[in-house]
Amino acid sequence: MIAAGLDPIAQFELHKLAELKIGKYDLSFTNSALIMLVTVAVAGLWLFLSTSKRSLIPGRAQSIAEISYEFISDMIRSTAGSDGMKFFPFVYSLFMFILFANMLGMVPFFFTSTSHIIITFVMAMMVMAIVVGYGLFKHGFKFLKLFVPSGIPMAILPFVSLLEVISFLSRPISLSVRLWANMFAGHILLKLFAGFAIMMFTSAGVLTTIGAAVPYALVFALIPLEFLVAFVQAYVFALLTCVYLSDALHPGHH
Amino acid sequence: MEAEAAKYIGAGIACLGMAGAGIGLGHIFGNYLAGALRNPSAAQGQFANLIFGFAVTEALGIFSFAVALIMLFT
Repeated sequence: MIAAGLDPIAQFELHKLAELKIGKYDLSFTNSALIMLVTVAVAGLWLFLSTSKRSLIPGRAQSIAEISYEFISDMIRSTAGSDGMKFFPFVYSLFMFILFANMLGMVPFFFTSTSHIIITFVMAMMVMAIVVGYGLFKHGFKFLKLFVPSGIPMAILPFVSLLEVISFLSRPISLSVRLWANMFAGHILLKLFAGFAIMMFTSAGVLTTIGAAVPYALVFALIPLEFLVAFVQAYVFALLTCVYLSDALHPGHH
Repeated sequence: MEAEAAKYIGAGIACLGMAGAGIGLGHIFGNYLAGALRNPSAAQGQFANLIFGFAVTEALGIFSFAVALIMLFT
């Protein structure tokens, strides 16, 4: 049985902070919406303050902002080519939002907005809408060359095309589920081990009370890992966005 | 068998899919390390490819994890 307060799922519950109903739709302001506003505010404020006093020789804050710029721009240039740089603002804000949402989720008692699949799915669908929309706008029907790889024998071309279509359709699912499941599983894991430590420590036996040190130490090992996962998943989301945008920019050769 | 018990057994079986993702990730990072030790100067340039392969492989393990979660909580 799970003791009260140790339920690993309870941390993902939504609480309504302000009721708002329009017709049959529930548009209440929740803790998820609040933490997303905080995420945007923190990321925006940090970038604004660190670059407000621009100098030729950057200070610490400005250096970090410049490194983050170069990090994303290098990623776009290496995966989507230099004409992918027109998508830089989109990829950069996506990366920053996910990174700050994941990092704020690691603060104790904070809600993790990326641990809800609807949030990540909306972001993934936004990426796919831009890929399909821009691809069709820029290349017209030539965009469909994406599904017909060159150099494939005619006999197996229909099957390869079918596989390409399936892989294209599964992209938003894998993109969103990857981020969601990593954040969800990570936070459950932390809560579970913390719960084990509490349950063992407060139990009657002497051996289990001493043994509580094991899950307690594991929590300390898991927290840096979760910070790493928070960064790597933001990086992976931005990287895959670049790879998919590269398909929209140059369909037919990948 | 009770439906509740079958649900938990099914979730456990679904998690076996993660073993395949684990083998795949081991191959990716092992081969990257082997290649990086042979030619350390070229290793940095392949970091994006490494993470890309990691992400694509990990997705499959995550899918089985998601199936397990759906079984447990629906």
